[in-house]
Amino acid sequence: MANAEKSPFSLQVDLDDFLPASNEEKEYMVQMRPSSTFFRDGCKRLYKNKVAFISLIVIVFITLACLIIPSFWPYSYEQQLGVQPGKPVDASFLNLAPMEYSRSELARIEAGESVFPHLFGTDAAGRDYFIRIVYGTRISLMVGFFASIIVLVVGLTLGSIAGFMGGKVDLVIMRIVDIIYSLPDMLMVILLAAVLRETIGTSLEGTPLARIGANIISLFVIFALLYWCSMARLIRGQILSLREQEYVLASQATGAGAGWIIKKHLIPNSMSVIIISTALQIPSAIFTESFLSFIGLGVNAPMPSLGSLASDALNGITSYSYRLVIPAIVISLIVLSLNLFGDGLRDAFDPKLNK
Amino acid sequence: MDSKTLMYILKRIVLAVVTIWAVITITFFVMKAVPGDPFASEKAVTPAARAALEAKYGLDKPIFEQYLNYLTGALHFDFGPSLKLRGRDVTAIIFDGMKTSARLGLTALVIATVTGIILGAVAALRRNSIIDKIIMVLTTAFVSMPSFIMGTLLLILFAIHLKVLPANGATEGGLILPVITLSLYPMAYITRLTRSSMLDVLGQDYIRTAKAKGVSERNIIIKHALKNSLIPVITYFGPELAYIVTGSLVVEQIFAVPGVGRYFVSSITGRDYPLIMGTTIVLASLIVVMNLLSDIMYKIVDPRINLE
Repeated sequence: MANAEKSPFSLQVDLDDFLPASNEEKEYMVQMRPSSTFFRDGCKRLYKNKVAFISLIVIVFITLACLIIPSFWPYSYEQQLGVQPGKPVDASFLNLAPMEYSRSELARIEAGESVFPHLFGTDAAGRDYFIRIVYGTRISLMVGFFASIIVLVVGLTLGSIAGFMGGKVDLVIMRIVDIIYSLPDMLMVILLAAVLRETIGTSLEGTPLARIGANIISLFVIFALLYWCSMARLIRGQILSLREQEYVLASQATGAGAGWIIKKHLIPNSMSVIIISTALQIPSAIFTESFLSFIGLGVNAPMPSLGSLASDALNGITSYSYRLVIPAIVISLIVLSLNLFGDGLRDAFDPKLNK
Repeated sequence: MDSKTLMYILKRIVLAVVTIWAVITITFFVMKAVPGDPFASEKAVTPAARAALEAKYGLDKPIFEQYLNYLTGALHFDFGPSLKLRGRDVTAIIFDGMKTSARLGLTALVIATVTGIILGAVAALRRNSIIDKIIMVLTTAFVSMPSFIMGTLLLILFAIHLKVLPANGATEGGLILPVITLSLYPMAYITRLTRSSMLDVLGQDYIRTAKAKGVSERNIIIKHALKNSLIPVITYFGPELAYIVTGSLVVEQIFAVPGVGRYFVSSITGRDYPLIMGTTIVLASLIVVMNLLSDIMYKIVDPRINLE
């Protein structure tokens, strides 16, 4: 039967199908590369997105710089260089131009000593401006980061309560969200900041929180009170829509408990959305902080923030305009790169939102 | 308008009224929570004089009665007298500043909207061209810059270095820089909004149909593409006004424009509580009403949209 033409309608088993696989056929089954996970796919997409990747580098660079530089910089942000105990104030330290030296420093250079340069000069109180910028950046980044964490925690808690409990609880929480959402946020922030400064300022004294300053704490309180709404809405929406998905139904049908569904379906599926909106919250918090600092409701002096540095620079704007331009550039750079990075994260990890 | 749209509008109006009530209530109780009383800054007030002052301003009554009085007053635009600007009512101060602020804000609003739409349409029609790229880079930069920084940079450039425009907002032509400062951010936002919605519209079937019918390109752009891509822009009117109102707080400060924003900021630093409350409530109501109008307009223009 070797050469016999087989009828296409024959029901006889084709013995060729049962031969061992040849090497060539075996190759089809070899895994060419390991299967990719969602996270790895996202990272790859993010890496390919040049704008987002460069923004990430800028953010990492700025963050590292403001963490590391203060540890070896010879000047501190509050040290008034012209003021030394027991001596009259050395006025030649005030308002130095970038890279300029004061009289006593020039004398020391003459004597062969090396003096660390004032990269951006000094301010009107004789403080090294470069280190103030570095500290200001640190404060602004810190405020942005913690404010978004606070928003995340409050929003996550209330949003998931609303989503899981449903019914009256959901209704009440969502009506509160509606009202807070339609409040003009900036005006409320200013109002609360002005008042909280007065109310909690005195009760803070002596506690470790006093160092951070009442204004920054009221900023956090404000974020916890007002900015959780969109996060709560988002999380509630995620929970409601994910709960109705077929795969959740399928795992319920196969006997999965609530814990399993939360762990395996709800959290992984809403993770990317949550991370992205938290990331995008950081620049908006930095914006708010600099705005408040600018109108005098921000960090306590002598601690600098980028907004308060810009605001202080307004006084000497005609002669020392670089003092405003530098913090302006830093704020814009941070906000711009955080925004671009957040957009990149969204494109990479949430293909659904992209449409 | 069907009954569903009417229901929606009604619901939105109720929400707006509740919001304004919430603003008044929050401002009132938050201000009452401030330690000390408004006369604490006065030099050595005798107990008798203090009692007289408290009676005059109704501060001796129970707090709930004070609240009701304030609420009824606020509904009649009566926010009581200012503490720092002697002999003037908060309402009078607000309306005084409002003249300048409204001029500044409305001009910025119009300029931002018109240029934003034009730039956005141009960018979308010349997609991926060099013009599109320049517009996108500039708008990205404008969106990332706080208004106070934008304002001061413009001030340095045009008023101090080039000396072509006045830095003082109260002088002739002094509103030019504040208007530019205020309009750049919303303009950039509207440009991006118009561009993306225009690109979306240009990909729609009815545009292809119109092209196939032989409608001229100009007519397609104006009658079909632009008209439809403006719908999302309408929703931005509310947030745009909110931005301009809050932005003008600092912009008026920078350029010394005698408007509401400046009174607001100086009332905060001067702890003039009635003035803080009054300006917050008026500006907040303005934003709430504008949000309401832009939402209703959105719903009427495109009834398919479900805003729930």
